[in-house]
Amino acid sequence: MSVIAILIFFSVLVAAAFLAAFIWAVKSGQYEDRYTPSVRILFDDDAEGINKNTEKKD
Amino acid sequence: MQISDINLRERTLCYHCGELCTSEDIKIGEKKFCCTGCKTVYEILHENNLCKYYDLEEAPGISQKKLASAAGTRYSYLDDPKVISQLISFNDGKITVVNFAIPAIHCSSCIWLLEKLYKLHEGIIQSEINFVQKTLNIKYNPQKITLRKIVELLASIGYEPQISFDDIENKVKYQSNKSLYYKIGVAAFCFGNIMLLSFPEYLAPIGTLEHSYKQLFGLLNLILAAPVLFYSASSYFKSAWSGLKQKSINIDFPIVLGLAVLFIRSFYEITTNSGAGFLDSMTGLIFFLLLGKLFQGKTYDALNFERNYKSYFPVSVTVKKDSEENSIPVTNLVTGERIIIRNNELIPADAILFNGNGNIDYSFVTGEALPVPKVQGEIIYAGGRQIGSAIELEVIRTVSQSYLTKLWNKDTFTKSNEDKFNSIVNVVGKYFTIIILFIAVLAFVYWYAESVRTAINAFTAVLIVACPCGIALTNPFALGNALRILGRNKFYAKNASVVERISKIDTIVFDKTGTITQTGDADIKFNGTVLNSNEQKLVKSLVRNSTHPLSSRIYEAIEGNELADITYFNELSGKGIEAEIEGNRIKLGSAGFVSDIPETNLANDVNFTKPDSRIFLSINNTIKGFFSINNIYRTGLENITSSLKNDFDMIVLSGDNDGERENLTKYFGLEGRVKFNQKPEDKLEFIEELQVQGHKVMMIGDGLNDSGALKQSDVGVAISEDITNFSPACDAIFDAGNFSKLNTIISFTKSTKMVIILSFCISILYNLLGVSLAFSTEISPLLAAILMPASSITVVLFTVLSTNIISRKKGL
Repeated sequence: MSVIAILIFFSVLVAAAFLAAFIWAVKSGQYEDRYTPSVRILFDDDAEGINKNTEKKD
Repeated sequence: MQISDINLRERTLCYHCGELCTSEDIKIGEKKFCCTGCKTVYEILHENNLCKYYDLEEAPGISQKKLASAAGTRYSYLDDPKVISQLISFNDGKITVVNFAIPAIHCSSCIWLLEKLYKLHEGIIQSEINFVQKTLNIKYNPQKITLRKIVELLASIGYEPQISFDDIENKVKYQSNKSLYYKIGVAAFCFGNIMLLSFPEYLAPIGTLEHSYKQLFGLLNLILAAPVLFYSASSYFKSAWSGLKQKSINIDFPIVLGLAVLFIRSFYEITTNSGAGFLDSMTGLIFFLLLGKLFQGKTYDALNFERNYKSYFPVSVTVKKDSEENSIPVTNLVTGERIIIRNNELIPADAILFNGNGNIDYSFVTGEALPVPKVQGEIIYAGGRQIGSAIELEVIRTVSQSYLTKLWNKDTFTKSNEDKFNSIVNVVGKYFTIIILFIAVLAFVYWYAESVRTAINAFTAVLIVACPCGIALTNPFALGNALRILGRNKFYAKNASVVERISKIDTIVFDKTGTITQTGDADIKFNGTVLNSNEQKLVKSLVRNSTHPLSSRIYEAIEGNELADITYFNELSGKGIEAEIEGNRIKLGSAGFVSDIPETNLANDVNFTKPDSRIFLSINNTIKGFFSINNIYRTGLENITSSLKNDFDMIVLSGDNDGERENLTKYFGLEGRVKFNQKPEDKLEFIEELQVQGHKVMMIGDGLNDSGALKQSDVGVAISEDITNFSPACDAIFDAGNFSKLNTIISFTKSTKMVIILSFCISILYNLLGVSLAFSTEISPLLAAILMPASSITVVLFTVLSTNIISRKKGL
């Protein structure tokens, strides 16, 4: 009995952790724009892009 | 054919925006541009090493031809701290965050460039696009760059943010459906675990499950089910309650009743150890219902269905006082003030032209693409756009009292279309609830003689199995799927209820200009002595020098690429143009202008401004004939009218004069079906009249002048050439390119309604089966756990598959 109770306790705990992760993902806005990230990831980082002020212009 | 093919190949396309170049002169190296605006944008990007913009997509830019210049005092209102504080969303002195709507965002190049804004100015810390909403979120350092500078920077590269009057007055808040996601997350978590904990009960042979396990599982189930009922399902309780308050029973009422009975009976069974309860069925049902809601809730974030004149009018206007020019918010404008309207700027209030040559484009108001010339002393109504040099106006009515904006004071605009409409599912739900309650009471009375306990069991069992989950799932899935299918065909409905409302219409009212005729396109014909190629060349060279829209149309209509040098050119506003080319004197314009004899036979019906206008041509004082410009009706109109004629009443309301009467009766039959000279209020009242007669009306229009009619009608559809552009408040936005599919779309919604009715029948069959079992009190948790999901899945599969099959058959 006690073994199964402990197992169930942990299984619910793991599931709850996933629920928490899901809620965090929604809260941080990951479900608001489901298109842009898919495009953004395909852009290559160009070398000079890392330091934003190397070629500043006024 | 061959000749025109060669012509096509010889034409060059703008490197920046991909539009046709009318001249070869604007270029940098091999790269040619259609206008200096496009060239400037290229130069800015080139200077900053951002030319990768052109590698990601071909000619991704936005044509600069029609855009107002960003220079000058156009954005000076953005220096006003009050305006700034209303626009920005966060500020701590070092970092300011602002969110702009930029309708021009359309491709991956846009994303790439706009997220590299920091390269263009060091004051910009970060910029991030939301492509779906077409918004740009900018973090910047207010000590290094001002808000005005940012807007000017964006405008200079072709991405002018849309800052309207409405944004300033009350910030439009993006309606997020985060809470629905939370609810689904919680429901899924609890449903999954309850399912797991319920399996031992179903699978173990009776009597073999230890009592202590039973208790533990039951208790855990109760704990897990509570948040699903009280949190995830809360919106159903609210909706049922608000329905009851209005003394009506909607579909949510029997659902809530079933859920409540499920929970109370399970609670009782578990706490008294008399059974396992039905918590898995209950949470599963809520989970499926919420999924349906998510599916139905497909929204087009980038489209705005609630726009009125406020979201269209500018935020500020340049006021001239004692020869000093200042930019003030439009709302502060009072009568008697002098305002300056520059090229491509909008006139925000009714005013009298005081100085300059007015050439007013009313295309947003009336759909009419040709500008109307105005002279000093004439009244210019709000909503027009000046084309040409700057003009000075004296305001005669404030913004809210203007001819156009008065329309919005009507009470049509305070009512919501959803309120007036009773969905079929609620009608069914009402009768369903009454019948189910009746059967449940019958069961209670029947078993009461045996024992109260059995009677209660039978009563609750009926309510549980009769829970109309199938009916409740039909609408979200059938309409949600229809909404997607229509969206694929560029018919963007505001919500699922619009689809159902279309299926009920019996009358279709069309606006003329811009709705059934093509905007920005006209049929140009030359009538008179046939022009030889040399004469054609002369005319083409002449019109090339004029910025008048009619000139550019004639320019496009004349074939050939040869141009001659002009020695003299003159443009007389409202009259015409004249030039001397290779020793020939060429005049183009009104009859009185081209010939020195004012009483020509041809002059009788001359009007330079009307769509079916005639533009006379004279070469060396001999009248050669005239160019006639006629409306072009949208392709497929004939097909649409002939296929809809039998099932619908079709009426055309036109704001124009009756010049097109003959053509329209050809399409719409009887004379009475076409009404001319209709003012915006007339259109609204006409629709109201039809509704009083009991008709369900669909209004199809495009301009602000149709707003009243669109709002009053049962389904208001706005036709738009470019769906991200302005379109008045409506229930659906329809891309003009797909106009010929209108009849198929309407018949598709009618079929969707049939699917819904069939699906109701299926789910009622399931309920009958369940109720007949429940009446005899023989209902086990296992039976409920199988029956409920089975009916839900059948309904979902049936509705989605059948709407898909129908759409494919209809060619949507």
